[in-house]
Amino acid sequence: MKKLTGILLASTLATPLFAEAVDDTLVLNEEIKMVTRTAAPAHMAEEVDEIISGWHFRGKETRAMQADDFDNPGMIFVEKGEDSWNKVEGSEGKSCASCHGDSASMADVRPVYPKYNEAAGEVRTLEMQVNDCRENQMGAEKLGYTSGSMANMTALLASVSRGKPVNVAIDGPSSATWEAGKELYYARTGQLELSCASCHEANYGNMIRADHLSQGQINGFPTYRLKNTKLNSVHARFKGCVRDTRAQTYKPGSAEFVALELYVASRGNGLSVEGPSVRN
Amino acid sequence: MKRNLLTIMVLAASTLGVNAADIEPSKVVYADGAVEASLSGAAGDASSGQKIVGSKKLGNCVACHQIDALADIPFQGEIGPPLDGAADRWSVAELRGIVSNAKMMFDESLMPSFYKTEGFIRPGKAYTGKAADDTFAPLLSAQQIEDVVAYLATLKE
Repeated sequence: MKKLTGILLASTLATPLFAEAVDDTLVLNEEIKMVTRTAAPAHMAEEVDEIISGWHFRGKETRAMQADDFDNPGMIFVEKGEDSWNKVEGSEGKSCASCHGDSASMADVRPVYPKYNEAAGEVRTLEMQVNDCRENQMGAEKLGYTSGSMANMTALLASVSRGKPVNVAIDGPSSATWEAGKELYYARTGQLELSCASCHEANYGNMIRADHLSQGQINGFPTYRLKNTKLNSVHARFKGCVRDTRAQTYKPGSAEFVALELYVASRGNGLSVEGPSVRN
Repeated sequence: MKRNLLTIMVLAASTLGVNAADIEPSKVVYADGAVEASLSGAAGDASSGQKIVGSKKLGNCVACHQIDALADIPFQGEIGPPLDGAADRWSVAELRGIVSNAKMMFDESLMPSFYKTEGFIRPGKAYTGKAADDTFAPLLSAQQIEDVVAYLATLKE
């Protein structure tokens, strides 16, 4: 009897409830139709049928805020990022624009990051690549990994990619990092022994106290959170989540979080880039 | 003077949830996931248990479980099964085992183990994100577990 109840309990916990993801369509500025839910990529199809943007798990007002650039508080930071894009800094007398031209020309970049860098022999996040450019092309100081200036820059780079599908590579030279990220995703850390999957795979759509659990997709990062009224970077959010399992966290920019970012990004392959999104 | 010092020491010990009569977390005996003996050697206090179940800073059981009897507590979670009628479904020993370490009964349970101090991956110092130090203690003390079990034992339908 006990065993049977145990099995029933386990299967209840393992079955995601779809009811709580709001049925709605995100059209950006009445122009760009965003893919906010679609079939799960093959690598995770056994666990999840459909991938769903966090946008569907937020309230009506929050969803509306993201649909219009004039209402999206994150766009103020995109403008700051644009200023920074055009600003000459460092010993080489260059700005980002000196080499890359208009920021809009970067539209195909965000969707494929984190990405394996051949010369460096490592998977790099967008933040790492920005800092590589600053140090080695511009002769400028690196930006803090989760700093406001860095978030402004990644918000700009995400904003010009909005509507394009996330499409990170997980095979070839990326596969070892991706596997490491997957392992972290399923590791039940901390005194509460919770993994990313405990909440965001097995329980999305459910409430945990006052929090409505989403799939933990990162296609909307950096995210403007109404809770702290600023842009939040992916690694800062990872850190907050791991901390809440009563665990010793990893550091933003660490190899562990780079791997986790690649894996989590790959769980969103096919969703539109939404950054800067608006969330609670 | 001596008595004062002793009082302070007893208070300090009980704050940390360490009492001489307690069964240490690593020495709790589970039989099919159930625990027969009181962890503190004393009976539980159901009204204290009710507070622990509902408090964000203590058990926070309602973060994941709904309890109709505590309808005045907002934002009850949907992660685990509702606890209404728990005492009809489980014996006191089973309830004690589930609260102490639910994974002894249900392998895959997501429920945190409230009376366990070993076997964690990257245990932290509460919610600081820093590594655990010598203040690391089970999520609830032996007596708090007993209080929660006493409260759960009142949940009959």
